[in-house]
Amino acid sequence: MQKSLAGLTAALIASTMLVGAANAETIRWARASDALTLDPHSQNQGVTHTFAHHIYETLLDRDSDGNLQPRLATEWFVKDGDPTVWVFKLREGVKFHNGADFTAEDVVFSFNRARSDGSNLKQLHAEVAEVTAIDDHTVEIQMIGPSPLYPNNITNTFVMDKDWSEEHSLQNVQDFAAGESNYAVLNTNGTGPYVLKSREVDVQSVLTAFEGHWADAPAVTEIVYLPITDAATRIAALLSGDVDLVQDVPVQDIERLRNSAGFKIETGPENRFIYFGYRFGEEPLKSSNITDSNPINNTLVREAIELALDRDAIKQVVMRGNSIPTGIPNPPFVNGWTAELDAYPKPDLEKAKALLAEAGYPDGFSITLDTPNNRYVNDEAISTALVGMLGQIGIKVTLASRPVAEHSPLVINNQSDFYLLGWGVPTFDSAYVFNDLVHTKTDKHGTYNGGLYSNPELDEKIIALGTETDLDARNASIAEIWAVVKADRVLLPIHNQVLSYAMREGMTLPVHPEDQPRMTTVTFQ
Amino acid sequence: MLAFVVRRLLQSVIVMLVVAFIAFLVFRYVGDPVTSMLGQDSTIADHEELRERLGLNQPFYIQFYHFVTNALQGQFGISYRLQQPVAKLIMERLPATIELALASATIALVGGVVMGIYTALRPRAFTSGVIMTASLIGVSLPTFLIGIGLIYVFAVELKVLPSFGRGTVTDIGWWRTGLLTESGLRSLILPAITLSLFQLTLIMRLVRAEMLEVLRTDYIRFARARGLSTRAINFGHALRNTMVPVITITGLQLGSVIAFAIITETVFQWPGVGSLFVNSVQVVDVPVMAAYLVFVALVFVVINLFVDILYFIVDPRLRDGVRSGK
Repeated sequence: MQKSLAGLTAALIASTMLVGAANAETIRWARASDALTLDPHSQNQGVTHTFAHHIYETLLDRDSDGNLQPRLATEWFVKDGDPTVWVFKLREGVKFHNGADFTAEDVVFSFNRARSDGSNLKQLHAEVAEVTAIDDHTVEIQMIGPSPLYPNNITNTFVMDKDWSEEHSLQNVQDFAAGESNYAVLNTNGTGPYVLKSREVDVQSVLTAFEGHWADAPAVTEIVYLPITDAATRIAALLSGDVDLVQDVPVQDIERLRNSAGFKIETGPENRFIYFGYRFGEEPLKSSNITDSNPINNTLVREAIELALDRDAIKQVVMRGNSIPTGIPNPPFVNGWTAELDAYPKPDLEKAKALLAEAGYPDGFSITLDTPNNRYVNDEAISTALVGMLGQIGIKVTLASRPVAEHSPLVINNQSDFYLLGWGVPTFDSAYVFNDLVHTKTDKHGTYNGGLYSNPELDEKIIALGTETDLDARNASIAEIWAVVKADRVLLPIHNQVLSYAMREGMTLPVHPEDQPRMTTVTFQ
Repeated sequence: MLAFVVRRLLQSVIVMLVVAFIAFLVFRYVGDPVTSMLGQDSTIADHEELRERLGLNQPFYIQFYHFVTNALQGQFGISYRLQQPVAKLIMERLPATIELALASATIALVGGVVMGIYTALRPRAFTSGVIMTASLIGVSLPTFLIGIGLIYVFAVELKVLPSFGRGTVTDIGWWRTGLLTESGLRSLILPAITLSLFQLTLIMRLVRAEMLEVLRTDYIRFARARGLSTRAINFGHALRNTMVPVITITGLQLGSVIAFAIITETVFQWPGVGSLFVNSVQVVDVPVMAAYLVFVALVFVVINLFVDILYFIVDPRLRDGVRSGK
């Protein structure tokens, strides 16, 4: 009795302490940039999605390991007897911030809005033919053909309240080209765990916990979101105690923060790889001294380049240990990744030189490498490192460094001979990489295939992946495509990025592979 | 006088048009807004379609023409990045920049004049040497380093001042001020000092040089010979004659303080027009960039106009020149 009383007291004390901790915990969250808009279907951009996930919700979500999780939908499956229809069972008892009930009509409205013309999410829903409400809590999505992986595409498609949207004329996504702004850019009404209290663009946004939310109350009851553009200032703000959490931490500050009393760093792999792309085709390169052929169109030369590349050195020196070197342009979370593909060769300069000679370039050649300098972690430094490594085998590389706003158009418009780029795989499936980086460049595919690699056999297989419903056959096909991509050395992968969040002692925020951390996952000690 | 002002105003319009024209000429080389707007999940067809809708496929002079005709009707378009009207964004950010600029101009003026006089009157004193040397460092260090240095000393180590932002703000009509709250004033200190250092040094050296010059002139010697007090000579006669060029320079510098507070605003995350511009350049937000550059031209033109009018009033020789038709 005595013992159980003591236990009870301890439990009571513990629970009151827990309540104390849960009471009014404010978190001041700094990152490099602000959400672009609050209209959930207007921009397809990570920072904007991350912010929106706190106010709006999606049917499905991804956890910290990248697995699909139920959110507003509790169950999802392909309709019996019709592989072209996806059925979503919706969560009951969910309310919007204005008190309205969440129903299937809201989902139909939101999905139709997300795939309308002005929406930047429409590509993710390109295979959808029709969205129908079967009853209040069931939605059926009729696809154009079998789309076994469609649920992967909807983890950033947020649900708005139909009545509220119609009341404020939000049927269409804002058409800013026509000079319009709309109500949803600055106002919100979601079902999410937090309600927007105030917002001053680029300055601060305040969110408070939504009392009527369907899930357990989060430990963080108030979020003050603070965009701080300059990295040094962002870290200084954390060190001076002006913010609790910094999301975009420069790699050079990680060690220092780890060793500073009162602060800690959470790290984890990001769903994003960094790679170099080549110019394919017989036509001579614009930037090379070889004027009668394209040296990097030769597989031997691409192999030589890979053998000159020292990925581990880049990890140690450029990334200060904060990267995961890889031999495949595909992050480890993504379907199709295998340890075997991930393996990469040790640098071998002698063999690389021999290969160059065999290919007919014993004295090497010159080429220009285009690199962004403000997009990926240490992007320019990675390229600079490669310049030195290739110099050792006689390839004279001129580095052309530009801000990403100037760099991306070079890749998209096929104007680069050799370039660095990073790629995230939001669908967590290899097909996403194939579609944009490997498939021959067309109106709909190969958007970022800036080197114009083209292999009609692969193209056929890639297109077939979209409708293959037998998952085993599909995975086998993915493996075949990877085998060719790897053997052909279509891309030169360097590493997967590692994310680091810095925070004050006493709290923990797990790293999210898509860099979309949720403040609901914060725990306090 | 009126004719002079009218002529200057006409010139101002031309200056702004030229700035806008050059801006649109250059915008083609700063990158492609469409890529950052559409993100990864987009096709070449989407890119083309959006470029068409935004009118980015048109030659730059057509884009320039549209910009000017819209601007004349008060329409500066919608920001590609934030999807809000550009005029609204700039007006929201303007008070922060003006408050920062005025605070730093005040520091520069008061500090510069005081130290300038001191170093001129005691050219051989040890403290003068220290001030002159320190001022050299002040001009040579980049603003970015000064800002970060101040943040590390006063925010991180001493923890006496905030490291970023504008603190608590109060709305007076559309003007959002940080001057009425304690946290707002505390937030102003570091950025204002950072921004003022260069101007402070400039004014100090100017005052010193002018003052030394004036102190050598005959009328000061006569004043001394007449037995006027040193105080009356230094402040009543010498300083007054020193101030004319100082006022001009301060006026002109105020323009550049408003226009080029960009770095200071970025380092301190100060929510002014400068940081708005920096964020816009990163994603090639053409409407904001165009409007900002024209706005900066306007600031310079207006301040120049005021300085010219001041000259006109102060310097009798100028007036005579106009009268005689020059």
